[in-house]
Amino acid sequence: MYRYDEFDHALVQDRVKQFSGQVARRLAGEITEDEFKPLRLMNGVYLQLHAYMLRVAVPYGMVSSRQMRMLAHIARKYDKGYGHFTTRQNIQYNWPALKDIPAILDDLASVEMHALQTSGNCIRNVTSDQFAGAASDEVEDPRIWSEIIRQWSTLHPEFSYLPRKFKFAVTGSPKDRAAIRVHDIGIEVVTGDDGRAAFDVYVGGGQGRTPMVGKLIGKSISQENLLTYLEAVMRVYNMHGRRDHLFKSRIKILVHTIGADEMRRQVEEEFAAMEKDGPVVLPQAEIDRISAYFAAPAYEKLEDGPAELEAAKKENSSFARWVKQNVAAHKVPGYAIANISLKPIGGVAGDATAEQMDVVADLAETYSFDEVRVTHEQNLVLAHVAQKDLYTVWQQLEANGMATPNLGLITDQIVCPGLDYCALANARSIPIGQAIAQKFEDLDRQHDIGELKIKISGCINACGHHHVGHIGILGVDKKGTEFYQISLGGSSDENTSLGDIVGPAFTEDKIVGAVENIVETYLGERQNGERFLDTYRRIGIKPFKEKLYAAD
Amino acid sequence: MAQHSNKKAQVQAVTANRVIDGIVVYLTEKAEWSESLQDAAVAEGKEAGETLLARAQPAVETQHIVDPYLFEVAQEDGKIVPASVRERIRMAGPTVRLDLGKQAEGNAA
Repeated sequence: MYRYDEFDHALVQDRVKQFSGQVARRLAGEITEDEFKPLRLMNGVYLQLHAYMLRVAVPYGMVSSRQMRMLAHIARKYDKGYGHFTTRQNIQYNWPALKDIPAILDDLASVEMHALQTSGNCIRNVTSDQFAGAASDEVEDPRIWSEIIRQWSTLHPEFSYLPRKFKFAVTGSPKDRAAIRVHDIGIEVVTGDDGRAAFDVYVGGGQGRTPMVGKLIGKSISQENLLTYLEAVMRVYNMHGRRDHLFKSRIKILVHTIGADEMRRQVEEEFAAMEKDGPVVLPQAEIDRISAYFAAPAYEKLEDGPAELEAAKKENSSFARWVKQNVAAHKVPGYAIANISLKPIGGVAGDATAEQMDVVADLAETYSFDEVRVTHEQNLVLAHVAQKDLYTVWQQLEANGMATPNLGLITDQIVCPGLDYCALANARSIPIGQAIAQKFEDLDRQHDIGELKIKISGCINACGHHHVGHIGILGVDKKGTEFYQISLGGSSDENTSLGDIVGPAFTEDKIVGAVENIVETYLGERQNGERFLDTYRRIGIKPFKEKLYAAD
Repeated sequence: MAQHSNKKAQVQAVTANRVIDGIVVYLTEKAEWSESLQDAAVAEGKEAGETLLARAQPAVETQHIVDPYLFEVAQEDGKIVPASVRERIRMAGPTVRLDLGKQAEGNAA
């Protein structure tokens, strides 16, 4: 399990003291908002529609039970009893008072957590695969490299004032559950020529108002060279990224403008210069030390398909359905990966109450070696549950509204907070997701439809990842009325694609019918057990477009 | 903020967020800041709007509020009502959690 470095601890304590001082001065009227804003952003404090919002960093989505209990405590004591898990594996609180934030940061620091670099023009949370360390197709645990990158990028003096925010994602498996190809830098751990773990580095992916798929810039970069290589990329960006135009300031615009080949050339040139004058040294001892943080837990010697599991499935069809849909295979016999759905029908996607967080903390401590993971699709994971314990875990989840068996199905949507919470939004997103979920509530129908990822954003910033939804929905404002624009065929996995806009937008009262129409088209056309995405890729947008706008 | 303003608006009020807790507040006739939209001063016409907005400035300087701006309102049945969805939500609270925000405290409208 990841352990906080002493260096980190001192650093965070220092920063909490510093920010507490800044807040006190702000409240006393000694510094203006213009002076305070860049400071509060560096500490994850936003000002949203109703109140401040605090975004707490959850490094690559990993949280211990002790930390989860503290997150619950903060929700209870300083907020309104709940938190929201985000598409960057972080947690957000929607109602903290500025005067309470120093106390919140103190509480977080006591469990080795913080809100550093969750906002502002710096390197943000490094996100990763929620099945890290448990997936059978993993080349190497991506958390090792996520942690190395995290340490390298924390308060890095050269990269604290970038042209714009910068986001990393790392996958350890060829199956990409971390959306690496729509990140500024996406890293896939691969097997190098020498048989050791190496890295394919994708640069210039991103969503927002100009979505782009990352380009493979660095192939099979060695462990020794990784940080120097990443630093070379950051230097090229820092030097040439645009600071004059907010909408053209991400690295994806630079890559798009100069081209992948030229980007690679510039990075290699910088890399060569750094090798000569001062590479970033990453000693093997360091790699070993950090790898040890993620050593395999003390698994028992167990068999697959224990009698108690099979009996429980026979006895309880709801449990059986949950196992089928929400439980994934683990690389160790007798174990399983349990996915906790935070998408109950009628609920708010990704929200969890303090009570639910406590339940998850208890389950993690007892049944999953004290680890919880947050997924970028706004769910949670208990990655190492013994198969014989699955029924007990499910009963607890079921009793607390977290056992909806909808993983990857049409009601397991990514939904950004939208106009109900966010100062940037143009339209509400949460109620749209709820209405769609309600329409497709029937579990038999959901299972028949199969894997269908709906992703909903309330504005062009795409925090809801609509560009990479099988069905993507973007809320827009047309002359004061909320409209919803549909795109089809997006995907964020190892075959990343950006969705195609299907046609004119729909009003709130028409959007659910539109989604239903699209689903019906798919069901009518699918062959040989195709998923929605497969059918779309085979037949293209035309049949969907025709049926959707037929009445017009 | 500019993206959410209606440049053609004739009837407007001024809103901001309070520094200490981020809560939505409205500028009153007495140049105070109330949590209730019904206490807001309403300006008719563009010039009156600009004048009203200027009266928000002292509270910015004393660090009581941040980012004051004008927004369109209407008077309906003796009540002040925001013209935009966004300001209706800011006034009341999230539409998906009626148990939260001003709507739950009875301070909304």
